[in-house]
Amino acid sequence: MKLHSWGRYPVTESRLHVPRSRDAIDRLLRPAADKAAVIARGLGRSYGDSALADDVVQMLALDNLQSFDEDTGHVRCAAGVSLATLLQVFLPRGWMLPAVPGTRFVTVGGAIASDVHGKNHHGAGTFGDHVLALSLLQASGEIVQCSPTLNADLFNATCGGMGLTGIIVDATLALRRVPGSAIVQQTVRTANLQEVFSRFEEHSGATYSVAWLDCLARGDALGRSLLYLGEHAEDGGYLAPRSGALSVPCNAPAFLLNRYSMGAFNALYYQRRTDPLARQRIEADSYFFPLDGISHWNRLYGAKGFLQYQCVIPQDAALSGITRLLQATSAAGKGSFLSVLKKFGAANAHWLSFPLHGYTLAMDFKFERSLLPFLEELDGIVLDHGGRLYLAKDARMSAETFRRSYPRWEDFQALRLASGADGLFNSRQSQRLGL
Amino acid sequence: MKNILVIGANSAIAKAVSRLYAEEHCRLYLLARDSALLAQLKQDLEIRGAAEVDFAPLDVTHFSLHEAVLEQALDTLGSIDLAILCHGSLPDQARCAEHFDAALEQFNVNALSTISLLTLLGNQMIAQGRGCIAVVTSVAGDRGRPSNYVYGAAKGMVSQYLQGLRGRLYRHGVHVVDIRPGFVDTPMTGHLPKGALWSSPERIARCIVEGIGRKRHTVYAPGYWRLIMAVVRAIPDTLFKRVPL
Repeated sequence: MKLHSWGRYPVTESRLHVPRSRDAIDRLLRPAADKAAVIARGLGRSYGDSALADDVVQMLALDNLQSFDEDTGHVRCAAGVSLATLLQVFLPRGWMLPAVPGTRFVTVGGAIASDVHGKNHHGAGTFGDHVLALSLLQASGEIVQCSPTLNADLFNATCGGMGLTGIIVDATLALRRVPGSAIVQQTVRTANLQEVFSRFEEHSGATYSVAWLDCLARGDALGRSLLYLGEHAEDGGYLAPRSGALSVPCNAPAFLLNRYSMGAFNALYYQRRTDPLARQRIEADSYFFPLDGISHWNRLYGAKGFLQYQCVIPQDAALSGITRLLQATSAAGKGSFLSVLKKFGAANAHWLSFPLHGYTLAMDFKFERSLLPFLEELDGIVLDHGGRLYLAKDARMSAETFRRSYPRWEDFQALRLASGADGLFNSRQSQRLGL
Repeated sequence: MKNILVIGANSAIAKAVSRLYAEEHCRLYLLARDSALLAQLKQDLEIRGAAEVDFAPLDVTHFSLHEAVLEQALDTLGSIDLAILCHGSLPDQARCAEHFDAALEQFNVNALSTISLLTLLGNQMIAQGRGCIAVVTSVAGDRGRPSNYVYGAAKGMVSQYLQGLRGRLYRHGVHVVDIRPGFVDTPMTGHLPKGALWSSPERIARCIVEGIGRKRHTVYAPGYWRLIMAVVRAIPDTLFKRVPL
């Protein structure tokens, strides 16, 4: 059947398997002779082709909670459990996921495979940094336990490994006690990129920080942003995230998104009333997952879909790198509604994990023919500044770009060869990246 | 705290329904074929807040075992406030059209097993003098279509049966709910391409729990299927037979 992920580009023809148990996964892998490109898939929230292959194993039916320790907050669950479920069950009891991405509709398996990060990366690291152990179904059919100390290489390759080392079957996570589920937010308006960088550095002690950036502003206003800082409310109130009522029922006509409509939107958004001293109380769902309130928001970008371009530039080169990226974007008139800037903390030990100490910029672009050469141009700027692209968002980077920017790719590939994963677990993305 | 019996408890819809009742701290008794999966589900439901969860294996096509299994369930729970029947299988229509044996197997799973269980449960509930029986049928039972009329006929048989049972049990204080889901994205339908009319098992489960809570008779899940099926039923046969549905 036709399958695509969140960006709706690319669309592939795949066989979708929905196993109900570990044994069922093994059974469907066993006559492996006829399968050479199998990849696990969760809720399909990666943007590009990392969860697309000839044979896709959808893990959503393996969704049981297996154990929970009320004292330590350690939860063990099957890989198909969504972060939405974990928050719904445990947030009312005072336990929060230590790192959450911009949507709660991702599975634990997917969050580990993409080693996702959130607005607290500078302090808390990635999702994978809070995984205590995981079970991996390897190409041999064997289920191997691994953790930061047990089979550490396999663990470090699997966290951020995009499902290419095997199928994550279950995992043990460390939840974090929070004083309240709501967030007290402060908004800082900044006039340009230089200023938002200084504010990020100044507020590096904030628990959560992220900036919305007007990617169509030019000249002196280049990179003008609203910086959002957040702390957990200390009121002992806990509310599980709720489902939103809004939905985008069908693809919007793509011409609605053009440089004029987006320029107007960005300019208006930047002028939102903000009081730098005011503290605003926001429920966890609208703070962490603002877009989860609108189902299928990806349809706004039209039938051809969209690409999200997310890169990170190391600290020393970040200001000049991001300035050049914004200049190029602004010059090309290719804007997006959602451009997000965030300061990252240090990189971790996971081989293909995306974050590194520096700044990350994410921009959405609707798909059009002229987009691909333009993104190639951005790749050049990212590479020149020692940066790299996020595999979970990628649908088009070249093998050469990948190899230049992920120095541990050779170790990763060697591990795949040794375990037989290279002959079975392959996605459209891994084939494109030459893995 | 409610005592709830779930049959076909490993089905995606049953799991989602059980989880909603677990959050309300209900006590659950689960029946399904695969007891290894039931053991995992028990853990899951207890972590989510279920007061207590017990389970036993049951292959619904073994009609002769129904009585003993249900008595065991009743003994364990003490009384049953709600019995919800979720088991079923999606037949290969082409094979059923060729071979009666295949069709019979499907009628056993999707209709006759349910009727056997309902006979026993109905009598148990009459003895209790209260309770609710909810059965997951299907919108496919509203009108036969070439692409799955064996499934539709089986589900339709159960729906008709429930109409009569409802009247009989009403006088004994027992409520009967017929739940007719539309297209649901579950492992049973994993191989089918999905369109706009497909719902998640969680969404269906919310409709089911709400419908049971409000003592509805027939619950279309989601509700818009009531309208769709009213239109489908209204199409004259001369036209309907020409539509490849």
